[in-house]
Amino acid sequence: MIARTCHRILWAILLVGLFLLAARMALGRAPALGAALAAAGLGAAWIYLSPRTHASRYLLPGLAAFAVFVLMPLLYTVYIAFTNFSSEHLLSQDRVRAWFAQDFYTADPARYPFRLHPVAGTNTYQVCIVLEENATGTKVLNSRPFTPEEAATGNPITLALNTVRPQAPPLGMRQIIAARPWLNRARFTMPGSPIPLRLVSLRDLGFRLALWTPDGDKLVNAVTGQVLVPDPQRGNYVDEQTRAPVGPGWRVWTGTDNFRLIFADPAIRGPFLQIFGWNVAFAFLSVAITFGIGVLLASLLQWRALRGRALYRTLLILPYAIPAFIPILVFRGLFNEGYGEINLLLTQLFGIAPKWFTNPWLARTMILIVNTWLGYPYMMIISSGMLQAVPDELYEATAIDGAGPWTNFAKVTLPQIFPPLFPLLIASFAFNFNNFSLIYLLTGGKPDITGSATVAGTTDLLVSYTFRMAFKDSAARFGFASAVATLLFIVVAVLAWQQLRLSRPAPAVKGGR
Amino acid sequence: MVEGRAYRGRLVLAHAALIGFIALVMVPLFMVVSISFRQGNFATGSILPSRETFSLEHWRMVLGLPVLQADGTWETPSVSVLRWFWNSVKISATSAFLILLLSSTCAYAFARMRFRGRDRLLGGLLILQMFPMVLAIIAIYSILEAIGRWAPALGLDTHPGLILAYLGGIATHIWMIKGYFDSLPVSLEESAKIDGATPWQTFRLIMLPTSLPIFAIVFILAFIGLIGEYPLASVVLQQTDRWTLAVGANSFLYEQNYLWGDFAATAVLSGLPITILFLACQRLLISGLTAGGVKE
Repeated sequence: MIARTCHRILWAILLVGLFLLAARMALGRAPALGAALAAAGLGAAWIYLSPRTHASRYLLPGLAAFAVFVLMPLLYTVYIAFTNFSSEHLLSQDRVRAWFAQDFYTADPARYPFRLHPVAGTNTYQVCIVLEENATGTKVLNSRPFTPEEAATGNPITLALNTVRPQAPPLGMRQIIAARPWLNRARFTMPGSPIPLRLVSLRDLGFRLALWTPDGDKLVNAVTGQVLVPDPQRGNYVDEQTRAPVGPGWRVWTGTDNFRLIFADPAIRGPFLQIFGWNVAFAFLSVAITFGIGVLLASLLQWRALRGRALYRTLLILPYAIPAFIPILVFRGLFNEGYGEINLLLTQLFGIAPKWFTNPWLARTMILIVNTWLGYPYMMIISSGMLQAVPDELYEATAIDGAGPWTNFAKVTLPQIFPPLFPLLIASFAFNFNNFSLIYLLTGGKPDITGSATVAGTTDLLVSYTFRMAFKDSAARFGFASAVATLLFIVVAVLAWQQLRLSRPAPAVKGGR
Repeated sequence: MVEGRAYRGRLVLAHAALIGFIALVMVPLFMVVSISFRQGNFATGSILPSRETFSLEHWRMVLGLPVLQADGTWETPSVSVLRWFWNSVKISATSAFLILLLSSTCAYAFARMRFRGRDRLLGGLLILQMFPMVLAIIAIYSILEAIGRWAPALGLDTHPGLILAYLGGIATHIWMIKGYFDSLPVSLEESAKIDGATPWQTFRLIMLPTSLPIFAIVFILAFIGLIGEYPLASVVLQQTDRWTLAVGANSFLYEQNYLWGDFAATAVLSGLPITILFLACQRLLISGLTAGGVKE
């Protein structure tokens, strides 16, 4: 059995890969992760070698890939649907605190140009601020030699008055830039000043202090005295008095808020329902039209008296042989209202130039035309495969009854091929229900629905609608988009499950052949 | 056998219908070929290329040959369409082959073995596969990033990483192959075993020839499906020379930089070999189906 050989190769790849990765992790900094992976590898090896776990031997490689790249992303997306994840709530709470910690204010406008002198033969440096340098003498502030590590701790280094500069020549600008990571953290104290000096530019030290001082959970503004408290429900720091949010937010669990928003806000509900309606109609019409044309062509090509069937078949399959994104983009150019070759032709022949991209109904018609062009060969291929399995005796029987081609098609062909094709038609419906590339590359969902609260187009499918909301809108509402995606999934899943139940008689075909 | 006039009439009608339909379907293909030989990047009023507007500039561009610029200088194009084409073929063929391995083994278990929850698992796979992958891009991105931390060759902006992410899409293929296995009589395998055939002989002489058509179909379906995949490839692959054709071709049609002629040449150049390959496989596929063991 070919499957048996295939799965032996697969298992070898899987096990070797798992153990290599485990070894890499164990040698790296994650021995626990490596051990876990090694355990998974041993478990997999046990499944492969044990005589009792027969079926899982064949299932595990495929199901593992499915779990990692279909199931996990799905669960993660459903999880995001219950959070406020968006461009305004992108970070973790710790990162938001770090963001506030980088806000400074200038306590004293004085600035001191400084130089950084390396101490010869060691990995230490001295800071030198020249206060006065004229004929009467030199007045400088020098630090003691310190290492970069010491400076990076942020413990203040004392500067002392002196009359001579350090001996070594100071670092150039390029070396200062290279030293910036630790220089940024260094603090220096001047004699008699309670506020430490820190780097304010590449040339100057100055008096800058953190604007927000932490006070337990709260953050206190050192200048205005404003107090911010974290609001764990909204995922924001808010003003203690006004409760108005300040600064960037973090991701929090918001329960069913995103789902409620879809139905509560009329500016979202309206476009959502409109898009949903078009989505269902589009998927159904696409399957119906392409299946109709496909099965008709396949039956025609079954007709043995027809000459040149091989050539016809080859030419008919052509649209399917071309990777879909090419014709989609080609059609986008051909249908172009101003420069497109189709309107050029229509103008020359009939004097009309339909607005394919600005009139919603024409845009939808265009999408269906393009999708029919793209989709009928697949239906033709799968139905001609099934047609060849229809026993000739059945046609011989109807021929005796004097049946015409139409009776043959309706009474013999369709009932014979429809049940085994049904799961494929479901898959095709689902594919078209989420036919992102077609819409995104052809119209981009446009023309847009007027008066919508979010980006929403009249030709958008739910999938392109959510994609645009998450990735093409500055608000980047990942949480809300995921909620729509979750609903979308529930609808399609229920639909598919129902259709699957209806198509259960399909295995009966097994006995027939 | 005497054939009636009505019968011959129907035959003529069938030919006419087929020819008419094929002509309609071919129009956009002829148009794009003609546009690829037309000077400039905008429509010029004629659909057929004329002597005045005929130009090879777009073809030189996609083949990486120097192109005459408006200012009279020759410039070698910076993007390599051929490179994108090779990337696409490599990624899709490898993924399709691995998908075939994964789905055929699963389909074998579903078709020939009995285990608890088999039907539920089979239905569940198909239903879960309906989740639009476009929306899981954030998650897939994070997973590849995590994998890349330990196995950089499988991480973001690598071809193996993209291939790995494609391997999840096996549910519909499992269904197809399982459906085919179901239609094969078990008696064939059993009688071979009784006749003293070794597993290898059973595989080579009975199962391989009979399963080849469905494997060809699944491979081609997976290949065609993946070579046009746009959203995930556009997110995972970042460097221009690692792009696939779908990502690269779309870059010719940005609204601010609309290169219709260059795109047309790219479309023909990239579409042609894949189409020919497909048609070559398709012959084998059809003959496999007609000669194969679907019918008893």
